[in-house]
Amino acid sequence: MVAVVVVLAGGLLLSVAAAVTVGPADLSLGTVWLVITNHLGLTSADVPLLRDHIVWELRLPRVLGAAVVGAGLAASGAVMQTVTRNPLADPYLLGVSSGASLGAVAVLVLGLGAGAAALTGGAFAGALAAFAVVVAAAGRQAVLRPTRVVLAGVAVAQLCAALTSFVIIWAADPHATQSITFWLSGSLARADWAALGWAAPVLAAVFAVILWFARALNAFAFGEEAAAALGVAVGRVRWLLLVTTALLTAVLVAISGAIGFVGLLLPHAARRFTGPDHRRLLPIVVLAGAIFLIWVDTAARTLFEPRELPVGVLTALLGVPAFVLLLRRRDGNA
Amino acid sequence: MLDIRDVSWSVPAARLLDRVTCSVPRGTLVGLLGPNGSGKTTLLRVVAGLIAPGSGTVTVAGDDVARLPRAAAARRMALLAQYAETDLDLTALDVVLLGRTPHRRSRWSDSDTDRAAAADALERVDMTGYAHRKWQTLSGGERQRLQLARALAQEPQLLLLDEPTNHLDIGHQLQLLHLVRRSGVTTLAALHDLNLAAMFCDLVVVLHHGRVVASGPPVGVLTPALLADVYAVDADVTVHNGHTVITYRTPAA
Repeated sequence: MVAVVVVLAGGLLLSVAAAVTVGPADLSLGTVWLVITNHLGLTSADVPLLRDHIVWELRLPRVLGAAVVGAGLAASGAVMQTVTRNPLADPYLLGVSSGASLGAVAVLVLGLGAGAAALTGGAFAGALAAFAVVVAAAGRQAVLRPTRVVLAGVAVAQLCAALTSFVIIWAADPHATQSITFWLSGSLARADWAALGWAAPVLAAVFAVILWFARALNAFAFGEEAAAALGVAVGRVRWLLLVTTALLTAVLVAISGAIGFVGLLLPHAARRFTGPDHRRLLPIVVLAGAIFLIWVDTAARTLFEPRELPVGVLTALLGVPAFVLLLRRRDGNA
Repeated sequence: MLDIRDVSWSVPAARLLDRVTCSVPRGTLVGLLGPNGSGKTTLLRVVAGLIAPGSGTVTVAGDDVARLPRAAAARRMALLAQYAETDLDLTALDVVLLGRTPHRRSRWSDSDTDRAAAADALERVDMTGYAHRKWQTLSGGERQRLQLARALAQEPQLLLLDEPTNHLDIGHQLQLLHLVRRSGVTTLAALHDLNLAAMFCDLVVVLHHGRVVASGPPVGVLTPALLADVYAVDADVTVHNGHTVITYRTPAA
């Protein structure tokens, strides 16, 4: 177990460094390494300014953004599938991603602000607002019945999608139309150091909370009543985990839009190797999610150069067939 | 060991438990009987601390269940439900180790104590060789025995069984209740089959419309009059080798 985590962590570091070298401008691993150590103040080697800029300002934040988003989505998905006892659950189940698109489009169309920061802020606010509406709509009974939360999430997602379409058509603004594509299919093109500066700490904090409850999550295997009879404070644990993962997802969506299938599939794929024990699953799924999204995003930005595919399109192209396979295997087992 | 005093529990439309008072002495197996909807499951959930009683108190070994923290309650009492199902790819050992959840000493690894308790629990249900079998490959009877092992791994002072033999054939019903008896743990078991109850229980408590209508040793309680009253069945009751045996008659047209 420890060995696997060490290998995956090494693989993640290697993936970051290698993915940074891939792109239209040819860079070597050595150059990448020098730029990073220069900026960390460990070396003061001579690197051309343009290359320094490409590595430090463009590619590295994007690759790290992919790692953070992939890790966060995979971990949130694993937790959501367990606490809702629904193998089809993903981090967007509670309306968070649709709320984010609505928030971003509203900021654009209503002219509430300009620039990336305003958009990100709008998306984050929209995501949180959507989650708040879901919680309110589910009502007090929600503690007892996760299905109600899920249904409320689906309803609110539909509502947000309808409102988003309405705003776009009403505003007839080409920027808004372009923007909605970004939020719906996801892209890491906007990941920068500022975004990483708040996403990474949130990821670390939420992941620590999730890990703390790893054993409690295992107790959900036979349902929440069984978990309660095993001494887990089911209502409290479930709310804490739903709220923290929704918060994390809101942060991720604000950076990257809704990247589908990572949160749905990675947990299932990881369980094939780790088994269902969350003490093994969580550390591995988080590293696998990071590595997976780094490489899918690298493919998305380079496969059809100079055009860039939205990374969500590529995760879906890879994800849907893999998911169908998974479904067929489940049928086979049953 | 278990004392239930004046416990009531209502939903807006109905009073499901109406001032229930009964007790389970240490070391006994007490059967909780009554027709569907009589309040057996509700009473077990109140006793397990899964729902708080509307009024009245439940004490286990002298402590009020409503005031016990969840994990402390789960170290005292283990619940075996009618039916356990999971999509997850668990091994038998994983399932039994779940019983160690309330005892966790470490958040990360299973201690030697946990592993020893799990091995012991498997042995107590005659499933020592099953540790690495997958849950999905086990039969209904094996699954319930395994859940009993999980409950025993909790090292409870009180076992609560909610109609645990409902989905089992007669051979597995007898085996499961025999294993419960053999474990020696004080048990309160909701049961449907009155002959099984008469065979295995030291005492029975009969619920009807949320009230206790009779309690005591099966021989004295399970009379034709009570069966007619509570279950609306016509039955002959005989005693064979010291056990009550109930024979039902076809309902009169």
